Amino acid sequence: MSVSPETLRQILAVQRLEFRKRFLGKRAIPVYLLALIPLALFGGRAVVLLLGGLEGSSLAEDRVGYAILYRMLILRFVTFFGCVAIFVPLFRGDILDRSLHYYLLAPVKRSTLTLAKYMSGLLTSLVLFNAVTLASWCLLYVAAGPSVLFDQLGSFRGLGELASYLLVTSLACVGYGAVFLTAGVLMKNPIIPAIAIAGWEAINALMPPVLKKISVIHYLESLLPVSIPQTSGIQILADPASPWVAIPGIMALAVVLLTIAIRRVRKLEVLYGVE
Amino acid sequence: MIVFDNVSKFYGEVLGVNRITLTIGPGITSLVGPNGSGKTTLMNLVTGLLRPTRGTLSVCGIPPNRPELLMKKVGYCTQYDAFPPGLTGYEFVLATLRLHGFTEADCRVRAGQAIAKVGLQEAAGRRVAGYSKGMRQRIRLAQAIAHDPEIVVLDEPLNGLDPMARAETIALFEGFAKAGKFVLLSSHILHEVDLLSDRVVLVHHGYIVAEGDIPGVREEIQERPAQVLIRCDRPSLVASRIFELDSAVEIKIHEDRKGLLVHTRDAEKFYLLVNRLVMEHGLDLEAVSPADEDVQAVYRYLIEGEGRPS
Repeated sequence: MSVSPETLRQILAVQRLEFRKRFLGKRAIPVYLLALIPLALFGGRAVVLLLGGLEGSSLAEDRVGYAILYRMLILRFVTFFGCVAIFVPLFRGDILDRSLHYYLLAPVKRSTLTLAKYMSGLLTSLVLFNAVTLASWCLLYVAAGPSVLFDQLGSFRGLGELASYLLVTSLACVGYGAVFLTAGVLMKNPIIPAIAIAGWEAINALMPPVLKKISVIHYLESLLPVSIPQTSGIQILADPASPWVAIPGIMALAVVLLTIAIRRVRKLEVLYGVE
Repeated sequence: MIVFDNVSKFYGEVLGVNRITLTIGPGITSLVGPNGSGKTTLMNLVTGLLRPTRGTLSVCGIPPNRPELLMKKVGYCTQYDAFPPGLTGYEFVLATLRLHGFTEADCRVRAGQAIAKVGLQEAAGRRVAGYSKGMRQRIRLAQAIAHDPEIVVLDEPLNGLDPMARAETIALFEGFAKAGKFVLLSSHILHEVDLLSDRVVLVHHGYIVAEGDIPGVREEIQERPAQVLIRCDRPSLVASRIFELDSAVEIKIHEDRKGLLVHTRDAEKFYLLVNRLVMEHGLDLEAVSPADEDVQAVYRYLIEGEGRPS
């Protein structure tokens, strides 16, 4: 399927407007603050260890420590809630500030508009949360000395782990982005489903294997490169999905949800007075 | 043509408009009616912001659920007073033109031209958030016309404009009409609707109560009360003969005794009577003119008076 130059320009116009509205303005501050949390944590640790001349934990302990913090902080908290803050307002924010009609009055197919908005959110979340993942991983190793970081970056294992974390962050943006864009289209108050999904994802580890599979986090954690020992207190995956299932599974979920969102946006009416 | 075929729109159980069958052609058509009568609903239906609950609607043969085709032909200046945050007037018009898919160079040229048409060149570099109500209205108008649409839909377009801007804007609309475009506007400023419109559609409680050119709308009203001004040498003769007609409602003889204002329910009968007086009694007529064949009179009769003579 070919895309006409006019449609491409329209997609770029939507993205340009979205970046300006949501990612360069005051409304973006909470997302940036959220992204700063892991950087402050890993950066603070690096500063304390480097300036204090203290000896940190072993590399093996660092790897496990990062795996735990990545799951609990970067993936389940920062990326999850960051995606809530980025994707929910793509439609719902425009409805609430009564400016959605400017998009609907342009000669843009509603499906193109939905995908363009999703792509603008996706691009922002990918850049932001992958930067957080990359920077926090670097800060973890640089705390033991710059040479340790360069060793990791120069080794197949170190680079492979980093690539896996970046892949998981990217897939989280794809999956959670589709979930929250669709929630913003379907629900008048998408915060309630966001909290419900957060709760469901949080208790995923305690669920029986069948229910575990009905979640995004199950497939994301299946792709993580470092397993967490049982003694850490965090439930590890009992039945991890293979990458051949996890990656297409998340992509398929995104496609299904975006199809639902497009169908709804096609019927969307401007009823600001009752929103 | 903009064609409504038995269109109804309900907001849940609340009526927006009901059973609208209407055809709108080129020229200036004004929707007139009080707040909540359904004017904005009709405009939102034309532009696809709302979908009919029942019936069908087409704009130059395009259904409103095809925005990619429809909005190339239609420009809509809404009443919604919200703008994407942080943009200057120029950036706002430029951003909407980019959404139309024009090339960047074309967008810049069109944005400049549209802003010039509404006379906002000096303020174009300032943020819209700092604009006055009239300036916001004008920049919305620039955004609606920037892509040179065939059909311009304008919801209360004269609101908030100062007299100079109002005159310029009216001239702009007249220019569109002369160029063969469709201009569909709503307004409460009846005097201007009267001067401006080729055609009026009176809307009340979601129904069309009358439509056509203004004298034609009056013709549609059976037993309508009409006011006619007569200047003549013997107003008392005219008055006495008028009272012989059942349709006379009220007569006021002018203080200078050289004219009278007649309020009648049957204007046709009244004009025949005047002709007879001239022929039979040699009445010296200086002038005979309808005193209320404007939108305001029709509006007052049909809407404010709910069909009762005012």
